Amino acid sequence: MKDIASWILNTAQARGASYCDLRAVDERARTIATKNGKVGHASNSESLGVGIRVIADGAWGFAATQELSRASVEATAARAVEVARASARVKQHELQLAPEKAYVDEWTTPYKIDPFDTSISDNIELLLKVDSELRAVEGVTLAEALLSFRRYEQWFFSSLGSDIHQTKFITGAGYSAYAFAGTEIQKRSYPNSFGGQYQNKGYELVQELKLVENARRIAEEAVALHKADQCPQGTFDIVLDSSQLGLQIHESVGHPIELDRVLGMEANFAGTSFLTTDKLRTLRYGSDLVNVVADATLEHGPGLGTFKYDDEGVPAQCTPIITHGLFTGYLSSRETAPAIGADHSSGTMRAEGWNRIPLIRMTNISILPGDKPLTLDALIASTDHGIFFKTNRSWSIDDKRYNFQFGTEIGWEIKGGKLGRMLKNPSYSGITTEFWNSMDAICSRDQWTLWGTPNCGKGQPMQTMGTGHGASPARFSKVKVGSAYKGT
Amino acid sequence: MLTHEAQSQMLTHAQAEEIFLRLSRYSNADGLEMLIAGGHSALTRFANNTIHQNVEEENYVVSVRTVIGRKTARATTNKLDDESLRRAVESAEAMTEVQVEDPDLVPLAPAPMSEGPPTERYFENTAALTPADRASAVESIVAIAKKNGLTTAGIFSSSRSAEAIMNSRGLSVFHAQTSSEISITMLAGDSSGWQKANSPDARNLDAVALAETAAGKARDSASPREASPGKYTVILEPAAVLDLVGFMFFDFGGMAILDQRSFLTNRVGTKLFGENITVDDDVYHPLQSGAPYDGEGVHRQRVRLIENGVVQNLVYARATAEKMKKSEHAAKVGHIAPTGHGFPLPNEIGEAPMNIVFDAGPEPARRTVEQMIASTDRGILVTRCWYIREVEPYEKILTGMTRDGTFYIEGGRLRHGLRNFRFNQSLIHMLSNVAEMGTPVRASGEESFDMVVPPMKVRDFNFTEVTKF
Repeated sequence: MKDIASWILNTAQARGASYCDLRAVDERARTIATKNGKVGHASNSESLGVGIRVIADGAWGFAATQELSRASVEATAARAVEVARASARVKQHELQLAPEKAYVDEWTTPYKIDPFDTSISDNIELLLKVDSELRAVEGVTLAEALLSFRRYEQWFFSSLGSDIHQTKFITGAGYSAYAFAGTEIQKRSYPNSFGGQYQNKGYELVQELKLVENARRIAEEAVALHKADQCPQGTFDIVLDSSQLGLQIHESVGHPIELDRVLGMEANFAGTSFLTTDKLRTLRYGSDLVNVVADATLEHGPGLGTFKYDDEGVPAQCTPIITHGLFTGYLSSRETAPAIGADHSSGTMRAEGWNRIPLIRMTNISILPGDKPLTLDALIASTDHGIFFKTNRSWSIDDKRYNFQFGTEIGWEIKGGKLGRMLKNPSYSGITTEFWNSMDAICSRDQWTLWGTPNCGKGQPMQTMGTGHGASPARFSKVKVGSAYKGT
Repeated sequence: MLTHEAQSQMLTHAQAEEIFLRLSRYSNADGLEMLIAGGHSALTRFANNTIHQNVEEENYVVSVRTVIGRKTARATTNKLDDESLRRAVESAEAMTEVQVEDPDLVPLAPAPMSEGPPTERYFENTAALTPADRASAVESIVAIAKKNGLTTAGIFSSSRSAEAIMNSRGLSVFHAQTSSEISITMLAGDSSGWQKANSPDARNLDAVALAETAAGKARDSASPREASPGKYTVILEPAAVLDLVGFMFFDFGGMAILDQRSFLTNRVGTKLFGENITVDDDVYHPLQSGAPYDGEGVHRQRVRLIENGVVQNLVYARATAEKMKKSEHAAKVGHIAPTGHGFPLPNEIGEAPMNIVFDAGPEPARRTVEQMIASTDRGILVTRCWYIREVEPYEKILTGMTRDGTFYIEGGRLRHGLRNFRFNQSLIHMLSNVAEMGTPVRASGEESFDMVVPPMKVRDFNFTEVTKF
């Protein structure tokens, strides 16, 4: 790879680039899915290539190729410079990057079991066992289960002198049971929707999830939803399970703090943000209990946003985003950091693969657990009247990230400190800052889970990225519930 | 292998066949199928009146499916050297061998007996677009933004691509096409406007006209006012229609019925929508794009999905059709036969119609958006929808937001811009309440695949909340 890097860097420099970085990526994936007692999908895949990013005439250019011969990568580097010169025809100012050091390093996701060392037969057997448990429950009409393994090896070189070799293992597993009857389709998923739980780990994640042990309960809940009452409409105190709170963070904290959105760079597609730069360290984002960090370091856990360096060679960091309710930080890049007066990037640039440019992406955007011991049971016991929401089913938020609406697969009424009747089709909605300011309790560290969201879309061309979100169950007061079904 | 020069020149049918021959030498399976797809794509992205991202990519991917008895699996690689191709075949075979026998697996598709209608979707002028060409178009868009005191953001993309499917039963199909797309957002202090268009032929894109329209929407919706949530007559521009109705077409696959995850379960043959709703899937329509065959290489057929509000037909992959004929649903779903809409095997989804064409009825009955506004006493014009998600799958209740140009209509005229709404709307109700339609156009949104859809005037559209801008 060092040869390839020198061919590229030399070509870019000779063509007049003032900066160049490149990422060579060798990626491998295995996906196995079962459906109603059969293997629905079985595939291995691999992808190799290099993406070259340059600045020439004060503007960005990028070109990527799968062909790693000297002739090909030199032609691609020259092409990137040509693209940059075209960009320079339409610019308002010269690009300035926040300074960064050169790093020479090597890093690999800590893992116990290489998922690609597990046998495909065993993978299939596990999924079919889950499938069998799900379909043993009368009323289940569709059972789907999934295993997903990915190994992502990247060599990053830059004209600053960086030479960083990183390898990540990403494992995911989960399942869903559907029950169709009459005029309703109900669904329950485990351990989360969107295919289950994903982390930067080896196969040990699959072993930790206790997939088979939970299947019967999940299937029974899917069927039971048909007899459950419709979630009422009105204003209620609500308790969110940790996975739903993780998605709430993703949509109403994680996206609005992306500094490229704030600066209008995503205005045509993903949108902008209500968090204009005047709100930094002035906006009361949430109640005193709300503490959110963007933490890509390994100390935070094996989240989908964990790495040692981002994709422009900046070290992983922990940035306080909301501190006792006060808005304190953005996700930034070398290009955007100067806009908020920062002297360095917060290290959040990531690309989907070798053929995409890095963009500002959520790392692990997590709410910190409460200081005092508080279990979910104790939280519910302290709630007089409310609704408990579990496992996301639908999610939507406006393009400045103010108004949101979420639906979950299942809910329960809380009355007198106890979980009461099951509720179907629960939904809640609100305005971001009003919602976070209404948080009046959050469970402690022992209830905290670092969830993985594998399917976050951003950019043009669209890139899909995994993000991490740690959360404990939490309670919010006087939230609007049930308008999703009103008068449709 | 493809050399760098050859990649830049585009894959030919003969080159694809040569790669398939090489794969065949490595295979010991009963059956072998190859999908190859790729090409060159480029996208110039602008924001704050500046080109801030500008990318090009060259990539081809070979995907190999092997069949052993009634078992099958797939391996994919973008490494096209002999060793990598051999490894891909071995990987597919190894995964196939450990599968469980699938009684529903059908043999590889046979070579087609005849060709479908021709589809010319490769245009040299589009294939030849350069970064400088795209920058010139962006310059003209930025000039319009500046003329109006606005800031603009958007994209101009272009690509040339080729794909082929070949198998050991002699099937060999090939398709090449170009594509181009312009999307423009114009931003004012408290308002915005948007336009988007795409075509296999870049000569059909008018960057200046799109920019002028987007700028007009941003200008005219300035100082937006807040209206109460509730049921309104809405006029949905084609992109808004597309993004909403796109959520129902995956339910028109036979597998969705067999899995009982479709809102059409027990509803095929019933009148679900208004009398004026007629929809085909037709890859051969002049405004459509894409290959005229499916993921197994089977030629796509035109299928009437909805006629005068009645759900008429589903689409089928070969295996789904066989399974449907033996199922409890067989008597309730109309004609059952493979239609050329399957996804590459193995997959859990089965099939879906991806070349939707709405029939808006005879010309005299159609209305332009301007005529629809003129005939509306009180209503709302929606330019674009955003972040649409399914809330309830059987009544097809969707939630989402309006965006980039929402206007209040009173007395047959646009009066002022509105703060954006959240809707919770059943698609079934929406398509039962279509009062007027315009001429269908090739439309492009962000939530669904491109379609040929008309603008629609819809009664009793359900807005449930208002946001802050």
